[in-house]
Amino acid sequence: MTPAAATYQIHPHNTALKLLLLSLLIIIFFVLNIATGSVMIPPGEIVRILTGHAAAHPAWEGIVLNARLPQALTAMFAGAALGIAGLIMQTLFRNPLAGPSVLGVSSGASLGVAVMMLFLTMPAGKFISISHVTGNFGVVVAAFAGAFGVLLLIMALAARFRNPTIILIIGIMIAYAVTAIVGILQFYSLKEDLQAFVIWGLGSFANVSWQQLAYFIPLLIIGIVLALLMIKPLNALLLGENYARNLGVNTRRISLLAIFTSGLLIAVVTAYCGPIAFLGLAVPHFSRALLRSSDHLLVMPGTLLSGMVLALLCNLIARLPGFDGALPINAITSLIGAPVVVWIILRRNQISVS
Amino acid sequence: MRSASLHTSDLAIGYNLSGGAVNLLHQHINLQLHPGEVICLLGPNGSGKSTLIRTLAGFQKPLAGKVFFGEDNFNNLTAGQLARQVSVVLTGQVDIANANVFSMVAYGRTPYTGFIGRLRPEDRLIVNQALEQVGINNLAHRKFDELSDGEKQKVMIAKSLAQQTPLIFLDEPTAFLDFPARVEILKLLRQATRNSGKAILLSTHDLNLAIRFADSIWMMGKEKPIATGTPEDMVLQGQFGNYFDNPQVTFDKLSGTFTFDAEQIGEVAVAGSGLHRVWLEKALERKGYRLMGETKSGCRISVSENQHFVVNFINKKWIAEDIAAVLEILKKLDLSSENRATTT
Repeated sequence: MTPAAATYQIHPHNTALKLLLLSLLIIIFFVLNIATGSVMIPPGEIVRILTGHAAAHPAWEGIVLNARLPQALTAMFAGAALGIAGLIMQTLFRNPLAGPSVLGVSSGASLGVAVMMLFLTMPAGKFISISHVTGNFGVVVAAFAGAFGVLLLIMALAARFRNPTIILIIGIMIAYAVTAIVGILQFYSLKEDLQAFVIWGLGSFANVSWQQLAYFIPLLIIGIVLALLMIKPLNALLLGENYARNLGVNTRRISLLAIFTSGLLIAVVTAYCGPIAFLGLAVPHFSRALLRSSDHLLVMPGTLLSGMVLALLCNLIARLPGFDGALPINAITSLIGAPVVVWIILRRNQISVS
Repeated sequence: MRSASLHTSDLAIGYNLSGGAVNLLHQHINLQLHPGEVICLLGPNGSGKSTLIRTLAGFQKPLAGKVFFGEDNFNNLTAGQLARQVSVVLTGQVDIANANVFSMVAYGRTPYTGFIGRLRPEDRLIVNQALEQVGINNLAHRKFDELSDGEKQKVMIAKSLAQQTPLIFLDEPTAFLDFPARVEILKLLRQATRNSGKAILLSTHDLNLAIRFADSIWMMGKEKPIATGTPEDMVLQGQFGNYFDNPQVTFDKLSGTFTFDAEQIGEVAVAGSGLHRVWLEKALERKGYRLMGETKSGCRISVSENQHFVVNFINKKWIAEDIAAVLEILKKLDLSSENRATTT
């Protein structure tokens, strides 16, 4: 490399190598997700099953094809979606602590689901099972309405109060208020509905069937593509709203698109997997620290890939042999996510959206 | 009359408050900004400098009237079109980690780059030229958040230059900078206008530099129309006094600076010449001694040929080697006029 080229290179930190490494980790963790679980299946048998051959035990086929494989795909896409939603929110609100769960957006989605599950079904006296909850398209729409509602509220407040700390506190308060409303709804709901809601609320990548994945994945891909379309304006927004506008960004339109996109991603994941803690907040910071960049052209793909890596890792840990089935995914995401954020703050002595 | 880069027609600026109320700061503003001009926007705090810049840059809507760029009404331009006409450097620090200087300056290419913002070779060339023009090409790969305030300000100016707009608006670009850095920034901006015919509007509190560097001054005040003119005309017309004077501060037309009256603690006569006399007078004024005609005071200080200060008081005499010693001596004497009247 000539000195001149080195001087004017913008991203000098082996970015391609790092992104390749993340991709490799995705493959490794994906394979491990399929290979491990509460039932021991020999690796050779797994390869046979995946390549369409009959397994020694017919039950193994069901475990690999209808439990582990969809679960790994769900984790992968949910992790990517939450990470990207977190990245968009952190840039939009200029707030390093913004994320689906922190600003009450997951709570908003939960409220939508709770209304759908506990309230609307009550007069008919129908009981809802967990599979009805996660698959139901009405639940997705309700989750989206809840998430979008909270995001619009925060956006309106953010336009009024420029201070990120105020927005953060209001977001946390919204989360409390929404949780309280959900609690009241629960109080008036049928026992069976309530149980289904509580289980849903623990969060899991395990309850999405192949049929549901046929909606889950395309909806998330729409959201992710929308996010990738916003790379340039999101970069401009890092300088602040006025600079962004002066650089030709239609800030109002981008804000609405960003809110729609993050709302869609959070709502779809929350509707199918329940509220997943911490991934949305931690993944963008992980990506920025890894790539040492603020450029969304790098951080966005980095977030996509590291979201997949971290979600697959969390799912893997939750299902480790010896944990007797599966730990709640939220316990693992918090245990992994919280130290990641603390590590980043301590290492750089600061936390930043850029 | 040269054709203006920018002119306003009956512009009114201010804010719409909640409940339909309006906070009108200025109205009937008719200003022109010509190619190749540096305009300094002066005025006390709260006189509406930032609001005017924000309105001209299209960040907020005028309450009435129009802003024209050439023949185009600013309100009819899209954000993308406006971004090619006006670039801004705003007050307040840009808080961005993980970005190097090159990529900060490259932000200026945003209005010209494609969908994902990738820089073409010609964009890189323009960014490098901007870095060079501001004299910070040696900083190109440094992290932006590790720079000094002055360097950061230069980076944002380079960003504006890379944006290649005929107009640059800067809101207090010299605040937080030390004196040499301020001069450097202003020289740089003036160079940019001379070389490329850009028109630059900058707000500042630094009157001395405004007088030194501005081709024209726009003076804003509360409840006063905006006054415009060359710095020198503004001084001669007493505009600085009109817009800035208050009971504590007066504008001295001779020195072109503001003076403020310290509480008078006595009268002193000064004799002698040269730099030592000039700075002795400054020190005495600062301490609150009124400088009188040579013979009228009981206290008389003269600068000797070997550049010592000789202090005479009634029939006593001291020789001081520096101004600190002079002030020490005066402190022990009681020079207030009432007391002297009783002692003499």
